Amino acid sequence: MTTATPAREAATAADAAAPAGSLQRYGRWWPAAGLAALLAAPYSSLPLPGLLDGPIGSAGNLQLLALCLVFGALATGYDLLLGRTGLLSFGHALYFAAGSYATELIMVEAGLPFAVAAVLGLCCGIALAAALGSVALRVGGIAFSMVTLAFAQAGSILVERDPGGVTGGEEGRAIPADKLPGSLAGIGNTVNLYWIALAYLVLTLAVVHWAVNSPTGRVWEGIKENERRVEVLGLRPYGFKLVAFVLAGALAAVGGIVHLLLTGGATPQTTTSDFTLSLLVMVVLGGSGSRWGPLIGGVLYTWADHRLGDLAGSQTVSGLPSVLRVPLSQPLFLLGALFVVTVVALPGGLTRLPARLRPALTARQRKTAVRLRP
Amino acid sequence: MSTVVLLAVTGLGLGALYFLVAAGLSLIFGLMDVLNFAHGALLSVGAYGTWWAADGHLPGAGSGGLGFVLAVCFGTAVGTVAAVLLELALIRPLYDRPREQVLATVGVGLAVPALLSAIWGPDARPFPGPAALSGTFGLLGAHIPVNRLVLIGAAAAVLVALRLFLGGTRHGLVVRAGVEDRAMVTALGIDVRRAFTLVFAIGGAAAALGGALGGLYYGSVDPGQGTSLLIFAFVVVVMGGMGSVAGAALAAVGVGLVQQFANYYTASGLGDLAVVVLLAALLLLKPRGITGRLA
Repeated sequence: MTTATPAREAATAADAAAPAGSLQRYGRWWPAAGLAALLAAPYSSLPLPGLLDGPIGSAGNLQLLALCLVFGALATGYDLLLGRTGLLSFGHALYFAAGSYATELIMVEAGLPFAVAAVLGLCCGIALAAALGSVALRVGGIAFSMVTLAFAQAGSILVERDPGGVTGGEEGRAIPADKLPGSLAGIGNTVNLYWIALAYLVLTLAVVHWAVNSPTGRVWEGIKENERRVEVLGLRPYGFKLVAFVLAGALAAVGGIVHLLLTGGATPQTTTSDFTLSLLVMVVLGGSGSRWGPLIGGVLYTWADHRLGDLAGSQTVSGLPSVLRVPLSQPLFLLGALFVVTVVALPGGLTRLPARLRPALTARQRKTAVRLRP
Repeated sequence: MSTVVLLAVTGLGLGALYFLVAAGLSLIFGLMDVLNFAHGALLSVGAYGTWWAADGHLPGAGSGGLGFVLAVCFGTAVGTVAAVLLELALIRPLYDRPREQVLATVGVGLAVPALLSAIWGPDARPFPGPAALSGTFGLLGAHIPVNRLVLIGAAAAVLVALRLFLGGTRHGLVVRAGVEDRAMVTALGIDVRRAFTLVFAIGGAAAALGGALGGLYYGSVDPGQGTSLLIFAFVVVVMGGMGSVAGAALAAVGVGLVQQFANYYTASGLGDLAVVVLLAALLLLKPRGITGRLA
């Protein structure tokens, strides 16, 4: 939350007050300011009433912040497909779950140390993404979406049916505490997990930034705009799309490994199509195809999903009439409704909000100025 | 033998449920190129509407006899109204943005089950049905639940009604022509958008009826029921050919039977898996198979 809110507030405030020049000057520096705030968060005992329960640096809040960062990063990786290449995949959860389940299985069943298991788990995720992506990308458009949905659903059914007691069925698989390195186990070490989540976020942002600005990234943009014209230029879109798919899958697998550490186990909820749909909501909510949009959407979604339930139980909400109280008690309803409003009324997501507000604000300023002049 | 008969009739019942969901889904995709992810939510709305009415909230409706028929009619009407509202409020403003249409239905598909579970709780509610439909009857030595027959009968009635509507009326003609070539129909001076609303109303009604009778099939209603049926409805739609009602009926029967027999004779869950893998295989082998064509 610390990245998104001050940054957006600063941007909006700057929009309202200052001309474009100073906005750009601020705009260049706010990622660094956000990173500094995130680096300082574990050492801060500042309370954020309403946003978080208790001081920022407490273990519970660091856990929530780390989850927000993981999902922000995951959404950023997913946007590599949706917003950068124009591929609507409904099966991204599969690669996330592959990273998480494979690492857990290798670590516990084969008895390998965590670092080795994580690397092997990542390889599993990449191999799965390469295998299924190379098949699914043979078709395009809505058929591609449905093939990925079918693959993910098959994975989800497999995990829930628990063949041979491998996946743990509906219970999922927990990591026994003694299998982890000492610095990653226990509530006292939540801060280390937070660092890992932050590192994953920085890694994802860097990889996406680098990939999008590489020559391959330009071809992705071309594929998104008009695939036929890319073909006419003599390039084969298939290979480029596969690279995007595998890269996004690899980032998701890393996310799965971080999530495994953070929650202490692999759960079957991460394999479902609902999980992919929530990623889709995050990306579109924040702003698909923009650098910070998916991150903002992911952080906002995760925060709302975890905190709105608590807020609904608070005094102010429980005093409301049931017409208001009942919808407010369901974060998913609010997020779904917000998502629909965003899709219909705010193409480009929340990151486009300042740019859309600017004309209205300048018009109002001009009107006030005119009124004051005589 | 009795097991085979039981599995066959149960599979047909499941297929009937799939058909009720897939018929509307298929027409909507064929005509408008919108993959309606909110279709499962429409089914849930129908199921909860029927449950609410049959639970004694609607005067005259109840869990037995004519009261239950009234409750089913009420649930279907609520689902139809919800579908029309969905089309008018969300799909219509996004006509020139096809991807946003799909995204909007995804949002509705998330929000509606959440709202249902906020109002009536996330747990499954027992579904009140008439005593006459809760029993079994003997057929070739098998004891078959009566409600499977109700589902099969309803699906057959919907199939016949849809065929008559599409083949015999002017509105049906516009829908068929729109599935074939939407731009040409518009060029001929016919307002296709009215057909869009109509197709959504028909699809919503069929799905809500499926929800109402699905309550009988499962014996309970829960908020996530519709969403879990949706993926199998996708399989049916793709297998049957987008936009084809008769194709959807055939595919629904096939999928229902395969699922029942595979789940019983091999490991549990393998039938579901087989159907999902079948979807992927079909799309990959026949990528052109999902263009809208009315059979």
